[in-house]
Amino acid sequence: MPFEFVEDAVTSDVTFHAWGGSLDELFAAAVDATAATMVDDLGTVRPRLQRAVTVEANALDLLLLRLLEEAIFLKDTERLLLRAARVRVESEAPPLRAHATLAGEPIDRTRHALLADVKAVTLHGLTVERRDDAWRASVTLDV
Amino acid sequence: MGHTDSELSMSPPERITRVADCVWEIAPSWRPGMRVPIRVYASRELVDVMDAAVFQQAANVARLPGIVGASIVMPDAHWGYGFPIGGVAAMDPASGVISPGGIGFDINCGMRLAITNLTFEEARPRLRELVDALADRVPAGVGCAGSVSLGESEFGDVLRDGARWAVRRGYGTAEDLRRTEEGGCFSGADPAAVSHRAIQRGRDQIGTLGSGNHYLEIQVARPEHIVDLEIAAALGIDRPNQIAVMFHCGSRGFGHQVASDALQTFLPAMTATYGLEVPDRELACAPFASPEGQRYFAAMQCAANMSFANRQVILHRIREAFSAVFRREPDDLGLRMVYDVAHNTAKLETHVVDGVPRQLLVHRKGATRAFSPGMADLPPEYARVGQPVIIGGSMETGSYLLAGLPGSAAAFGSTAHGSGRTMSRAQAKKRFHGRELQRSMEGRGIYVRTASYAGLAEEAGGAYKDIDAVVAATEQAGLSRRVARLTPIGNVKG
Repeated sequence: MPFEFVEDAVTSDVTFHAWGGSLDELFAAAVDATAATMVDDLGTVRPRLQRAVTVEANALDLLLLRLLEEAIFLKDTERLLLRAARVRVESEAPPLRAHATLAGEPIDRTRHALLADVKAVTLHGLTVERRDDAWRASVTLDV
Repeated sequence: MGHTDSELSMSPPERITRVADCVWEIAPSWRPGMRVPIRVYASRELVDVMDAAVFQQAANVARLPGIVGASIVMPDAHWGYGFPIGGVAAMDPASGVISPGGIGFDINCGMRLAITNLTFEEARPRLRELVDALADRVPAGVGCAGSVSLGESEFGDVLRDGARWAVRRGYGTAEDLRRTEEGGCFSGADPAAVSHRAIQRGRDQIGTLGSGNHYLEIQVARPEHIVDLEIAAALGIDRPNQIAVMFHCGSRGFGHQVASDALQTFLPAMTATYGLEVPDRELACAPFASPEGQRYFAAMQCAANMSFANRQVILHRIREAFSAVFRREPDDLGLRMVYDVAHNTAKLETHVVDGVPRQLLVHRKGATRAFSPGMADLPPEYARVGQPVIIGGSMETGSYLLAGLPGSAAAFGSTAHGSGRTMSRAQAKKRFHGRELQRSMEGRGIYVRTASYAGLAEEAGGAYKDIDAVVAATEQAGLSRRVARLTPIGNVKG
């Protein structure tokens, strides 16, 4: 998985690092990491339905925050666990945009080993940066 | 990354000075831009184990425009977003700011305590059945929805009226409202200040617990744990081994969205419109008197009201569960509320500063209001004993009922809120195993139902500070006095 949870970054919440060869891959990895905060095995989330979302922001880190907030919004409003099927980031000029197809299914307690409910994506240590040939992000979720 | 190793180290600044028993101060000269000192309410031992980030964050808060008196740190304080959790800051409403980071994402996260006339001996044979009945009626865990799904118009009534809406719908009594902070309704709530997204996230979450550190507990007030018999009796704890019910939850996705929306509005406006610079984006703020500040204040009060309504509906479900299990009416079971108190809010309150009463915007984040005897806004039956304060401990160790003391005036009528984590969730998950923990707790007489075993491991008692030390510090500092320690015997964990 192109993400990892960071131990001991924040006492009461969850921090993850995600990476990818492109912004598209990075954003997709961060969506998966957010889902993995809520469910133990991403393999149990079947891509039975899709939701298309588009978000806008003036900076890459805030663009990622908005995209992850969409996934949290759909978890609360439609009770969906969603992974990233496709993400396309337009980063040439502001406003930056991310178009994503999220795929997943309604929460099913008999099949999904649930972990923590994500309340919000925080601004704490939020970064999206290019390092050598890869993109990396650090995200802290309030749970 | 989170914070650096040095921030996580546990040593107080050298400049900290003891000013009274369990009261410490750090002068404004400690860090550039501090307008007021930092005041820490804690024993030497608790000061020594606070993460250094708490002091840095308290110094950042001390820089905010309009802060009055001191940037206050409670004994259970730990690192939070922007403000420390366990922080209090009072702002001048005319010149000061309002900051979502001073309230928290879970607006009006709070505690409610109810008692029964049952004893441990009477409840014990039905404990398992009771916890299961509660777990069935109070949904918990990731993406849980409540049994009350509302149209947007009625949800607007919830936002405006809080727990009063719930009582009108038959989910509670006038006494419940009287025994809730602010009568269960913040009067300045304006649903027009709330985004449609927030309403969509929240409208079917009324009556749900959530996850993380949210829980619903059956507890016993053992005679050896009653610290003040007279006050305990005045608050309804008047027989040996009496059964109580305590729960901890907030405004769910609705409040989280209100906070997220505010950060997005405040970030650009803060610098461009108001020329405010803060050292951490999570300290985003706006002048309280500005349109952005007023809009957030109105929306934040909607979230506070949603939370009061949530806890009111949960209490109703608890009454239903007890009634079904014991086959007696809730009144016959003496199922009455002791109190409901918020620990993530900002409120306009009047406090005396340098001998002069002033209206102040008091941010309490992970801090509880603790009004002393005789203060306004207390139910008449509690006027003589002071405001009940409910402090949730870890699910293994126990919780406390306290009462506000006059010394809390120096902390703008506030005290601690819980025991405070000392171990990260990731560490706790490594150290403890959910199913084993459940078995071991059952062996010690605590029956647990959980929506997540990983989540259960994260909430192990060993991940928290010693609650006895936290409440003792609040008493020695004159903020709140111990009334009773409550021991868990059953737990529904989110």
